[in-house]
Amino acid sequence: MGQIVLKKVQKKFDDVEVIPPLDLTIEDGEFTVFVGPSGCGKSTLLRLIAGLEDVTAGSIEIDGKEAADLPPAKRGLSMVFQSYALYPHMSVRKNIAFPLKMAKMDSAEIKKRVEAAAEVLNLTSYLDRRPGQLSGGQRQRVAIGRSIVREPSAFLFDEPLSNLDAALRVGMRMEISELHKRLDTTMVYVTHDQVEAMTMADKIVVLQAGVVEQVGSPLDLYHSPKNKFVAGFIGSPKMNLIEGDEAKKHNAQTIGIRPEHIAVADGNGEWSGVVGVSEHLGSDTFFHVHDTGLADMITVRVEGDVGLKYGDKINLSPRQDLIHKFDQQGDRIV
Amino acid sequence: MARAVTGQRKMINTLAAWSVGLLIFFPILWTILTSFKSEAQAIANPPVFFLFDWTLENYSAVQERSNYSKFLWNSIIIAGGSTLLGVLIAVPAAWSMAFVPGKRTKDILLWMLSTKMLPAVGVLYPIYLGFVKAGLLDTRVGLVIVMMLINLPIIVWMLYTYFREIPSEILEAARMDGATLRDEIIHVLTPMAIPGIASTLLLNFILAWNEAFWTLNLTAAKAAPLTAFIASYSSPEGLFFAKLSAASTMAIAPILILGWFSQKQLVRGLTFGAVK
Repeated sequence: MGQIVLKKVQKKFDDVEVIPPLDLTIEDGEFTVFVGPSGCGKSTLLRLIAGLEDVTAGSIEIDGKEAADLPPAKRGLSMVFQSYALYPHMSVRKNIAFPLKMAKMDSAEIKKRVEAAAEVLNLTSYLDRRPGQLSGGQRQRVAIGRSIVREPSAFLFDEPLSNLDAALRVGMRMEISELHKRLDTTMVYVTHDQVEAMTMADKIVVLQAGVVEQVGSPLDLYHSPKNKFVAGFIGSPKMNLIEGDEAKKHNAQTIGIRPEHIAVADGNGEWSGVVGVSEHLGSDTFFHVHDTGLADMITVRVEGDVGLKYGDKINLSPRQDLIHKFDQQGDRIV
Repeated sequence: MARAVTGQRKMINTLAAWSVGLLIFFPILWTILTSFKSEAQAIANPPVFFLFDWTLENYSAVQERSNYSKFLWNSIIIAGGSTLLGVLIAVPAAWSMAFVPGKRTKDILLWMLSTKMLPAVGVLYPIYLGFVKAGLLDTRVGLVIVMMLINLPIIVWMLYTYFREIPSEILEAARMDGATLRDEIIHVLTPMAIPGIASTLLLNFILAWNEAFWTLNLTAAKAAPLTAFIASYSSPEGLFFAKLSAASTMAIAPILILGWFSQKQLVRGLTFGAVK
């Protein structure tokens, strides 16, 4: 049904190549997340799939049909935008019904589908309100409602949660994941937030400067990042990247160790330093350790709390088996 | 920090605003007052303000001499027709400039505006000859076309500014929802731009209503609007200030009433987008 295959897709704006030729397959029913720093081309890639931008070269197959030259409406996809992009002059009911009206569906069927969608999204009592009278979360639900009524072969999400506050974001994240399980439809989701990517995705596509750095399941990316960029991008707090003599000991240009893979040693650990700022989350504590002679700062994640204060000496011992090694090009050494 | 406005300061502001308002309104007020005077009082020196014998004789004289309703009808057709036609042409033009701008869009906009910098009389000759050739002289159709062309740059500019305020994501959403370009303009863009479009309509109706150069030069008897009606009282038989004022008052009354009732809309439209 909703398989999307990109072959040698390239995009240039004037002479600037934002996406060099790229191949990617998104399987039917998969929840795929494009993640990367801002300006990495993830939104452009999504807009190319949607048809809101034209490809410079290459092909896009949706459901096995060539779609690169089709207008957005003919691709059988629907999209949820960051700004919700609701029609402010229409009621919630009319907003959700709009794609069906455009498809010239008969009004009884439209009514049935709109009410079904509203039911799923808890919008039934808001159907006659205007978008301006709704909260951010409700607006986003209307936008999702508008996209599900058409029963598209795939959903595209362009940073849909960025405008919501943190608590709502977590809630909506769950709702979207739930929706995916229930509808079992392909979803392509763009975000710059790696936590969203890790928690929601079946498959993550990490992009940098229009280039796919790595494609894999969240845990694949976490446990075996293909290069330094992915290593630093996936995981929160970030992986510690260390160069110099310490790296040479491991026959690498750079080594990486995740904050949760460094233990605080009682007596003499392998590394030592001075505690800087610590962040107490209750369940965990992040120590930012300075003066280790390894890097400007080493972040350590400890379960619960350890009685260390700003300026205290700290001894650390990294788990040797969980050290990642990278060569001069930044690629993983296996 | 909010600026503290003291009572005294507020009063000065109010007085200043009223003074400016009255200064701008004074010629209109004077015209209306004069229309109720006798011809002798109209040119009296020193001028009289309110203490004169109010009379309606100028209005009856004007009504007797000319067929007001014919001029009024012509004005409505010319101002209304040119405005509607102009908006129909300008909406797609402004859409393309606001949402799919090319490299030269800014230049085109400036070029359109530059046509307003040319003195109208500079193109009177070719347009007049063109009208003679096409048989459009002294026809309402001809006037509608000319008036539309004259105001088109302003209509496009105004609509362009309003359309620029509409987030393009909403139009993209419509495209994703299966809207054709026509659907997009009719169901999404136009309803969202209603305040802007309304004030554009209103302003251009007023501009076309008051336009005198082309209406005087391209009409004679049949298609003459209210501007020609006023002009017919200006000179040939000497100056009849009171009757001229009565004619002017009758000519501006409809637009004044329209403006009065739509002032809220007009102000809202003209300041649309000024504050985000």
